[in-house]
Amino acid sequence: MKILVCISKAPDTTSKISFADNNSKFNEAGVQYIVNPYDEWYALVRALEIKETIGGNVTIITVGTAADEPIIRKALAIGADDAVRIDAEPKDALFVAKNIADYAKDKGFDLILTGKETIDYNGSQVPGMMAELLDLPYISSASKLDLSANTATLETDIPGGSEVLEVELPAVISCAKGMAEARIPNMRGIMASRTKPLTVVSSNDQNAFTSIKTYSLPLEKKGCKYISAENVQELVDLLHNEAKAI
Amino acid sequence: MAVLIYVDSVSGKVNKPGFEAINYGKKIADLKGDKAVVIVTGDCHNTAELGNYGASKVLHAKAVSSADSGVLTKVIAKAAEQENADIIVFSHNLVGRAVAPRVAARLNAGHVAGAIETPTNNGAFTVKKAVFSGKAFADVEISSEKKVISILPNSSPVVSMGGDAEIIDFAVDAALLNSKIKVKEVKTKDGEISLREAELVVSAGRGLKGPENWGMVEEMAKILGAATACSRPVADIGWRPHHEHVGQTGIAIAPDLYFAIGISGAIQHLAGVNRSKTIVVINKDADAPFFKAADYGIVGDAFEIVPKLNEALKKFKANAQ
Repeated sequence: MKILVCISKAPDTTSKISFADNNSKFNEAGVQYIVNPYDEWYALVRALEIKETIGGNVTIITVGTAADEPIIRKALAIGADDAVRIDAEPKDALFVAKNIADYAKDKGFDLILTGKETIDYNGSQVPGMMAELLDLPYISSASKLDLSANTATLETDIPGGSEVLEVELPAVISCAKGMAEARIPNMRGIMASRTKPLTVVSSNDQNAFTSIKTYSLPLEKKGCKYISAENVQELVDLLHNEAKAI
Repeated sequence: MAVLIYVDSVSGKVNKPGFEAINYGKKIADLKGDKAVVIVTGDCHNTAELGNYGASKVLHAKAVSSADSGVLTKVIAKAAEQENADIIVFSHNLVGRAVAPRVAARLNAGHVAGAIETPTNNGAFTVKKAVFSGKAFADVEISSEKKVISILPNSSPVVSMGGDAEIIDFAVDAALLNSKIKVKEVKTKDGEISLREAELVVSAGRGLKGPENWGMVEEMAKILGAATACSRPVADIGWRPHHEHVGQTGIAIAPDLYFAIGISGAIQHLAGVNRSKTIVVINKDADAPFFKAADYGIVGDAFEIVPKLNEALKKFKANAQ
């Protein structure tokens, strides 16, 4: 089983979000980058579990600059076999998808896994775009993934429930909570990650069609109105008359 | 030119995220002086209603299921070509998340996913979207000729416009429907309200001490007609199912009302719920960070407050009828 796991960097979930250059850029000062949690906890770990059960190879791919190599090494330390970095500053989702699809198109991957979205831009775009560019079936936000021969069985949420799907491989799958449990790299993994192959390939250098012009922060809340624990009726009245929420 | 809006049909009906997407597409169409054309797939019994939300024409592709985003993409691309649509609108719901990016890739179009406001077009076509899991917003310019926009559910109230739409069967070649995806089983729970689309959400966390204490939370949800949710630790230790986890690494929601019971309000949790219109926090710790993000707060023991609140809500609901 040849598995490609696409990873993205993301600011650590505890990062304070602020902007620089007249709100035109994300302020990276003091921000620690991590592997996007959905990519690491679910896509990568499930890929490793599959490899451990039926054998195969897990390749990591990211579109980024040399500065992003620590997150690649982290993914290798968790257990991926090798890694590819497409050398470019990621411009937008379609740019990333075109670059990865271009790399993957003749490599014979059976499964291409991603997280269900990144926690910075929250687009859920790259896997669907890659699937279209590669003309592959795509299952979005799967919470379970099992393989038998050339078929993957998946579970995904639908409004008010879930459904079980079967898809012929190769396929693109984005992974959500429930698929696997996060793993912490051990010392042996960390040592091994330093010598695992990391290939740098050049970008196909597409133009991007979207660009962020300005960032803004949500308006501050007016402040919390406290209600006495003895007087829950007041809360009901406020929710009805003031907030008009019930 | 036209604006094409794709909506999926859930249990035989287009629902609120679909109406929102139609409203949104209609606003864009008005900006451009174009028509809003809707395409809906599968079994759908309320096509006649869709004119009321802004559609001037509804293409109904009955034979097409929404399970395979690849098939859906080909059908939507065909409709876009037929209608000469340069902007295609989706809901950023479960189906929209799967299909909108594929359509963008197929049409080589710039795509903004998670839009929360109507675009502005002052020379540059710009759309505001939520980023950093709701901690911030970004104005994104789309420069391609064709554009795809997915609107975040619950970002604007649904508006009735009182229009009528022409309803047309949209025939699709059988060859286009070949799918590599089979639906083996559908598990739905009757009466359960989908968390992603819920207008009211009752959520609880570790403060409840154990899964056996969720009865009062479920009762409140039942009284209000709300969905239930939980914080990450509670899903991780298995007190509640994973699909109830809201937050930065769970699902992000924007209901009209969010009740947080026994949840301290870690930054990752807030990121998933801070677009809620009204937030009520019940916590015994007066210093819980969640109070800073709340509209209404009660400091005290949830095990005393929630049952009393449920009684008061029951009375309110009985009188409201």
